[in-house]
Amino acid sequence: MNALMQRVWDRALEQGVPLSVQFDLTYRCNERCVHCYLDHDDHGEMTTAEVKSVLDQLASAGTLFLIFSGGELLLRKDLFELLGYARALGFDIKLKTNAILLGEREADRIRDLGIRSVQVSIYSHRPEVHDGITKVPGSLHRSLAAIRFLRARGLHVLIANVLMRQNAGDYPHVRALAAELGVECTIDPTITPKMDGDTSILNLRISEPQLLRVYTDKSLIGDPANEPPPPTDDDMLDARPCSAGHTACYISPYGDVFPCVQFPLPTGNLRGQRFGDVWYESPQMNEVRAIRVRDLPTCSTCSFMTTCTRCPGLAYMEGNMKGPSSADCEKSTVRARGLAAGKDVA
Amino acid sequence: MSDVFFARADRLAARKVAGEVVILRADDSSLYVLNPVATAVWEAADGRTPLDAVVRDVICREFDVDLETALRDASEFLAELSAQGLLRTSDHPLPPADPALDGARA
Repeated sequence: MNALMQRVWDRALEQGVPLSVQFDLTYRCNERCVHCYLDHDDHGEMTTAEVKSVLDQLASAGTLFLIFSGGELLLRKDLFELLGYARALGFDIKLKTNAILLGEREADRIRDLGIRSVQVSIYSHRPEVHDGITKVPGSLHRSLAAIRFLRARGLHVLIANVLMRQNAGDYPHVRALAAELGVECTIDPTITPKMDGDTSILNLRISEPQLLRVYTDKSLIGDPANEPPPPTDDDMLDARPCSAGHTACYISPYGDVFPCVQFPLPTGNLRGQRFGDVWYESPQMNEVRAIRVRDLPTCSTCSFMTTCTRCPGLAYMEGNMKGPSSADCEKSTVRARGLAAGKDVA
Repeated sequence: MSDVFFARADRLAARKVAGEVVILRADDSSLYVLNPVATAVWEAADGRTPLDAVVRDVICREFDVDLETALRDASEFLAELSAQGLLRTSDHPLPPADPALDGARA
């Protein structure tokens, strides 16, 4: 992040501005990804008018960065009407989609609306693996075709490559594919419990040896100095655990507001409350907001504290938002082991 | 001076964050943060109000500055924001940006 952008985030934090919001417009989906944390039945999505009202409120609250996601966005018949409305309100917009319904006409409209980036999930370069994860035959071919349509129009595209046991070895090929397409690629080994707390999909998480390979792959992590992490100081202990509830939040298709998409703590609902009332007044939001690293009884004294990517939402889903997240504990341990080994096993 | 009309350019996202206007360009992710006078110019960029009226009715009232100085400063900001592609200028009133968004605005 450059210094000017950091200054914008710092000022938003000082003033309590919800600078970035992820807004899922639907949980319905045309894929059935094996690791997905959502219930795809429609339990009463917000109407077009309701979504527009929420967008008006977010603009008034100071939100600039808007991430529209799902479910699959393109299943909403009013998607382009909502995108146009949001752009007219001045939002910077990123879309997250599987893109299998995205043809040349949709790519034209996305370009014409000034959408800044589109993120597409690609699990593998091998159709049998990607389609095996999405449960939709031909989905890899269709998603890649959509990426080419977007790139042909000069749009910024990002491939999100979620790693799980069945595709853990494919990420170098996905990255090569991304380079060939002229798009960015992110690798993410995070599999979260379902929104209802069901943890059955966690057995898809990559194994420790697979994680070790990721954390020692110099093409991903660069060539970090093999030095011990910096010592803990008061600034670190006074820091906020993450941006959830401070400068960012998440809104579900039903109007529920959460601190983050990975932090399903109910804080209010926009069908009965104004966004500003939830953001500023919700006891739950303020509880999250009050937490500093020094308030985390286990993590504040952990030797990995200064390098850990602890997710408060994952900790919450394990039963205690001030506790550790076991997945991040594992990542910290494996990362440290990789650094100690000091070798590239990729 | 002759009237100068100015309007926001296409393909920009913008929001006033903690008192400063933040602008992000969709095409290359360029980021701009405007100072208070530039913010006043930006907020008045409706394509219909000429610059001298903005200076007289907004800038001179909001900031402790005389008309001549304010007009010079505002003209410089206008030239700079135009050069950066953030504003469109004309000697005639301008239509709103992003025709693709007109339906949404209505």
